[in-house]
Amino acid sequence: MSTPLHKVQGLGAAHSGTGHFWRQRITAVALVPLGLWFTYAILGLIGTNEVAILSFLAQPLNALLMAAFAATMLYHMSLGLQVVVDDYIHGTGTKIFCLLLIRFMMIATMVTCIFALIRIAAST
Amino acid sequence: MADHPQRPGHERPLSPHLSIYRWQVTMLASITHRATGIALAVGTLVLAWWLVSISNGPEGYESFMAVAATPIGLVILFGFAWSLAFHMLNGIRHLAWDMGYGFSKVTATQTGSLVYVLSLLIAVAVFAFVWTGHGGYLQ
Repeated sequence: MSTPLHKVQGLGAAHSGTGHFWRQRITAVALVPLGLWFTYAILGLIGTNEVAILSFLAQPLNALLMAAFAATMLYHMSLGLQVVVDDYIHGTGTKIFCLLLIRFMMIATMVTCIFALIRIAAST
Repeated sequence: MADHPQRPGHERPLSPHLSIYRWQVTMLASITHRATGIALAVGTLVLAWWLVSISNGPEGYESFMAVAATPIGLVILFGFAWSLAFHMLNGIRHLAWDMGYGFSKVTATQTGSLVYVLSLLIAVAVFAFVWTGHGGYLQ
């Protein structure tokens, strides 16, 4: 009699334990204040011109908060979309393709946002 | 779908069984949470587009605004505003559940309805705030 390896590792059906669940919650908690700041920033910038938006986003704290909001939201997004794929896509090949697509999209969008913020900071 | 070892040739029933259960606030809120999450995933692309357009200088920003300020653009932006409000409020509801609060049938239904009402109020309030000229305070 021996305990099966998967019980010993305690990783469950997803083969990755509770890591996904936990990260989804951590990013969710972080997104509450970041989302409120984002709303405050967007409402404060609506109706201004691009000069005002540039100088706002060029300030280090604002650039950092915007980068943190974008990065945290995109990571939270990839975790959430992964659950949708896990629930509805059952073929192994299609599933791997969808999960890769989600992760590539997340990285591409994250890099684009951060690069744009660096350009904005450098332009003023 | 092809690899069900139990009964080859027989489709196993798949959740969610939307045609079987009576519709309730709690299940609707759960589905809406997922739908708004997917909508906000599209929203991240718009956020990236907005940031890139600003980094491209005045012409770039004008090209973004030319699309965003159209009636369809405003409807989509309202959809993002409501989605963000709903997903955040319902997300807090989920976090409360994770800590063991609000699980009773009555409470879960009430908080579900509350999230719908509050998120709609917030989205309308945000647009009214801008419409009445109170936006742009960071100039």
